[in-house]
Amino acid sequence: MSGATGSKLRSMRDAIAAHVHDGDTVAIEGFTHCISFAAGHEIIRQKRRNLTLARMTPDLVYDQMVAAGCAKKLIFSWLGNPGVGSLHAIRRRTEPAALAAGETLLEVEEYSHHGMVGRYVAGAHRLPFYPLRSYSESDLPNVNPLIRQVESPYGDGKIWAVPPLNPDVAIIHAQRADEEGNVQMWGLLGCQKEAAFAAKRVIAVVEEIVPTSVIRADPNRTIIPGLIVDAVVHEPYGAHPSYVQGAYDRDNAFYREWDAISRDAAATDAWLKEWVYDLPDRAAYVAKFGAAYFKNLTPTSAPSGAVDYGDYR
Amino acid sequence: MSEQKPASRNELMVVAAARALKGKRVCFVGVGLPNIAVNLAKRTVAPQMELVYEAGVFGANPARLPLSIGDPTIVTGSTATVSMHDLFGLYLQGGRIDVGFLGGAQIDKYGNLNTTVIGDYTTPKTRLPGSGGACEIAINAKEIMVIMRQSTRSFVQKLDFRTSPGHLGGAAASATLRKEQGWGGNGPSVVVTDLAVYGFNSDGEMELRSIHPGATLDEVKSSIGWELRVPANVPETPAPTAEELRLIREELDPTGAYV
Repeated sequence: MSGATGSKLRSMRDAIAAHVHDGDTVAIEGFTHCISFAAGHEIIRQKRRNLTLARMTPDLVYDQMVAAGCAKKLIFSWLGNPGVGSLHAIRRRTEPAALAAGETLLEVEEYSHHGMVGRYVAGAHRLPFYPLRSYSESDLPNVNPLIRQVESPYGDGKIWAVPPLNPDVAIIHAQRADEEGNVQMWGLLGCQKEAAFAAKRVIAVVEEIVPTSVIRADPNRTIIPGLIVDAVVHEPYGAHPSYVQGAYDRDNAFYREWDAISRDAAATDAWLKEWVYDLPDRAAYVAKFGAAYFKNLTPTSAPSGAVDYGDYR
Repeated sequence: MSEQKPASRNELMVVAAARALKGKRVCFVGVGLPNIAVNLAKRTVAPQMELVYEAGVFGANPARLPLSIGDPTIVTGSTATVSMHDLFGLYLQGGRIDVGFLGGAQIDKYGNLNTTVIGDYTTPKTRLPGSGGACEIAINAKEIMVIMRQSTRSFVQKLDFRTSPGHLGGAAASATLRKEQGWGGNGPSVVVTDLAVYGFNSDGEMELRSIHPGATLDEVKSSIGWELRVPANVPETPAPTAEELRLIREELDPTGAYV
């Protein structure tokens, strides 16, 4: 896909409608940092079904999408509410005793962090597997037949391998991009780049759209080139309640509140109605919280010193 | 100076773990109590220690106590941010980590850990978070320290699921296997609980090293699911100093969120 030039700026509604389909494997990545909740909510609003949701750390965004009935399967390496505890909506779909009448268990395919990163790397490099030392004497290969061993061709024994992961669509949040989709990011990088290069389609969601000259003034900051990006969405506060380094803090209070909300299926449904279904888009979500709420999440400034690339005309 | 309250069991745990880090250079940090222990060590017994956070930071200098492993405070003022691929490949599997902290829902006498499920895997009673980086920290960090509260539910004869290998079925097998696999790590060296500190003997089995002030041997033994090896003389864990308690209470966890 992609390869197109010119502006790829789209609304979130149009980007999701065009690039996320029922049955797709979707990777909304971002390790604690820069998780596109705005995209997750729009997928819920557009009632996508039977998605395979891939993410190292499913976080609240997949708990909400599972609660909304979007998912049939999870591919992950750490399933929790970071710093708080469990993802209760997902637990209700993975623990038989907690399963509601008429619901089915989610399919689960799990790895370790290195294994999950390796899957994206193999996918991005178009390789048949990624070798790693993890998994000997762990029960993980016993429950995930896709974790296998291969003989080293150099005669030094066996090494574990994980298969490539090529999501149908990767959705990546970042600080800024130009309209062509050249994405710049700083802070925790997660596996945004690897997931994007592995995916068949890429939606980049950013806090700020900047002129291409801003991107080119600091090329080391670019993690994903517009070449592989299909749609660029300008969505300020689109990562809330996760955070964007330098722009707004992680809303830890909300992560704690979700623990209470998500323990109760009815409260979870009520939250989804109030904060997702009954709102048209992210701008309405931001307005509903109000400017003062986000002001409290805004850090004081700590700019980097500028570096000098030199002018070589 | 006003009179200090005596140390709580969580504080005893944090201080014992911090002291075990004396002189260590590169430490892979976990959230919660390990995070406080590591930050206490950096202010006391290990000022040169580099803090590595699983979220992708080398040389963190957190200005506040992070709630999550990926808090923005670990980035600002750090030496380097690194991608997940670099963190797990170059830093961890590449052998640059001296100490890794792990915990879990269950541990056995060889320091093997379960963070995946309670009950059967396909029909679990409790679905736990899973490995995260634990499975690779366990084999690649040069040594592993464990912080866990002890009870017969968590210190078990047999794990429901082995997420992260410790000393497997005993030290001889562990050493052979770790060498065969090319693993950089030597496995768990210290387990700190709310009641005691443990090491591992030459068979790779957990052995009592000291009992915290206020705890008794009976209490220690009755909250472990196997016949614990107890050496002839077990000393008391040295009590926290006034300065260690002040650092925890005033600087590291002023709201008492963790300790």
